[in-house]
This record gives sequence, structure tokens and C-alpha cells, in this order.
Amino acid sequence: MSTTVIINILRFILLVLTQVLIFNNLNFLGFINPMVYVIFFYWYPIKVNRALFMLIAFLLGLTIDIFSDTLALNALASVTIAYTRPAIMRFCFGVNYDFQNFSFKNTTKLQRITFMALVVLIHHLIFFSFEILSIAHILLILKKVIATGIVTLILCILFSSLFSPKTE
Amino acid sequence: MQRIINFVLRYRNAFLYAFFALISLVMTIRSHSYHQSKFFNSSKWISGSIYGAGSDVSSYFSLQEENKKLVEENQRLRKLLFNSPDDSITKSLDSTLAVYEVMSAKLIKNSFTSPRNYVTIDKGEKDGVHQDMGVITTDGILGIVENVSQNFATVQSVLNTKSNINAKIKGTEYFGSLIWDTKDYTVVQLIDIPRLVPVVVGDTIVTGGMSSIFPENVPIGVIKKYDLNASKSFYNIDVELFCDMANIKNVYLIENKNKEEIQELEARTIE
Repeated sequence: MSTTVIINILRFILLVLTQVLIFNNLNFLGFINPMVYVIFFYWYPIKVNRALFMLIAFLLGLTIDIFSDTLALNALASVTIAYTRPAIMRFCFGVNYDFQNFSFKNTTKLQRITFMALVVLIHHLIFFSFEILSIAHILLILKKVIATGIVTLILCILFSSLFSPKTE
Repeated sequence: MQRIINFVLRYRNAFLYAFFALISLVMTIRSHSYHQSKFFNSSKWISGSIYGAGSDVSSYFSLQEENKKLVEENQRLRKLLFNSPDDSITKSLDSTLAVYEVMSAKLIKNSFTSPRNYVTIDKGEKDGVHQDMGVITTDGILGIVENVSQNFATVQSVLNTKSNINAKIKGTEYFGSLIWDTKDYTVVQLIDIPRLVPVVVGDTIVTGGMSSIFPENVPIGVIKKYDLNASKSFYNIDVELFCDMANIKNVYLIENKNKEEIQELEARTIE
């Protein structure tokens, strides 16, 4: 139990550092800064206290907001992901999710990628909509969501296969 | 009562989500209209020192290029110095007569992709930086100091929808406001230039003398294209920035020594 806590604290710190020091400065094609820290919501243990999960998500988002001067945009998107994660999981993994001994081991790769894609899509949609906050710029929002989302998803898939946790 | 408590307990996660979402929403919407938050910004010591450490490493990679830029600037300034009449040099070097104080700083965090960009510099209150100082680079303007901590400061870049800087066409006295439409980080917009002004593509845009933040005639960019606005009485001008916002390392802070006096006078006049 305590190793899970330590692993998650380390993950939190390392993800914040990689996000703000590396990925926020990527500026690929002039505007793409992938938000790789959303992989935290994929790695976080599945059957947990939802209130604590939301609090951690809020803190994670807020920390990144403080570093990137985008106050509470990341926090809003992260908390929403934390709140909707069980629903997304039920959608992606079907009835398996409700079993007591459910883990990522007994899911297919396609299911996991669908799950990550949905998390990234919802997160980016909220982030960019509230960042720009204007219906007139809907095309700009969509362009940013799709372009950044694809890069984030690719990086998340790479990260998840590079550092796959042994047990969850 | 029991039912209400049961109801709250049953939907406690939804309530908690609503609570967090509300906090974030209020902060987000406030950040659209008000100044940056005093308590949560990257000038704070923890984020500042982490960015400082990161920039210590990454600055080595661009050292050569930065040196070249600075030498070129020195060369330009030397040329100015040698070609101006003698007494004006001694006059301008007399510190009691100088209106503008200049300080140097290093950028530790750059940002140009979001609609509201803030950059962080490695000088703070300890070095005499305070809110509303102008920040320029070797090529042109960068922005205005927004928040200051002990060792760091955040700067509202011209690439920020909240930025509004007084600017004019070089050589004339027609001034307008410099804003940004978030589309392209190399292009900003100059608005409120009256229709009767002769505008030519390629003209230089410089800062105007109507603000107490920047000195007059600091270069900004050149006119890329222009058209009339919806009411057909003012121009909307696209200005291509001189300064490459994606590649900035060394900046200068400008302080107007007469600023307090000017502001006090203006405040008294309005009363």
C-alpha cells in the first residue's frame, strides 16, 4: 500500500517537472505543446477513493497552472477527468470494469488506447475551450484540440509502454 | 433532515466535483478580465527556482547565438554614440538628467502559444523591479512587468489578449493601440489609426509617447498589411514584430523615473 503512495507522489512530481520543463517548451509547429501529464489519470490506481482522486487531480492541475501562468485551466480539465474517469472506463472496458479484480492486464490494447484517447480528448476540449473562451474562435479551438490531442496521445502511448506499471 | 444528509452523502462526489470546478471556473474567468493572480503565478520562489535551474542548463545551448546578438547590438549602439555630437553624449551619461533607468535580466520561462502569454524573468523586488516596468529585447518590445516576487518577476507579453500598448507610425504623431488577435505569434495588430493617415506597407511602428511605461520610439515592427475596420473610419494594421518571440534570452527593464510624478498629476487632474 505504502509503495503505491510513494510511487504516485514520485509520479506526480516527475510528471509536473517533465511537463513544465520539457513539454511546455516544445512548441512543435509553432503551437503544439502536448500535455503529457494526463497520463497520470491512466496510471493512477483504479479502485480508489474518488474524493481523494479528485483532490489530487485538482492539485496536479493547479501546480501545472502555477508554472505555466494559465490559472486554473489545467485544474478544471483535470478535475473533470478525475470525476468522469469511472464512466469513461465503463464505456471502454464494458462490464469487466465492475468486477472486483479488474485491472489493465485483462484488457486489450485497443481498449486502453480508446480510453487514453477519450481522456485526452475531453481534457483538451475543456482546456482549449476555456483558454480561448469564445464561440467565434471555434475553428481555432478545434484545430488546437485535434493537433495537440494527437501529439499528446502518441506521447502517452509511448510513455505507457515505456514505463508500464507492474501491478495495479 | 435525515433525507437531506443522505442525499448529500450519496452524491458527495458530484458535490465535490462541483466545488472544485467552481473554484477553477472562478479563477479562470477572473484571469480573463482582471490582472494575473497575485498568489498563483510563476514568479513564486518554487516555480521560479525550478525554471531558473532549467534555464541554467538550457541557456548553454544558445550561448553562441546570444553572444552574437549582443555584440551586434553593441556595435549598433557604438555607432550611434560615435556619430552624435559631443555634448549630447556627456549630457546623456549624466545620471541625474536621465529620465529612464535600464536594467538587464534573463528570461527563464518563455511562452507564446497560448492566448494569454506570460514570461518569467530572473530579477525581482530585490533588484528593484516593480510592477508596470517596460520590458524590451535587443530588437523590440516584449511586454510589461505584471507580478514581482523577491527574486523573480512575470511579464505580460505583447502576445496577450489583455495587452494594450500605445504605438505610432514612425515619423508621424498618429498613435493607436497595439493588441493581439492570438492567431500568429509573429504578428500583432495596431488599431485606431485614423483613415486620413497615409499608411504604407513596410513602414516602421514604434512605441508612442502617450504612456509612462515605454520611452518614445522603441521599435516594435513593420506594417505587413492593412485594411479599414467595420466602421470604415479607422485602420486595422497587421504589424510584423521585429523581435522573434520564440527565441529570447536577454531582456532589458526600463523604468521611467518621472512616472510617479506623471501618475500623481494625472490622478489629481481627474479628481
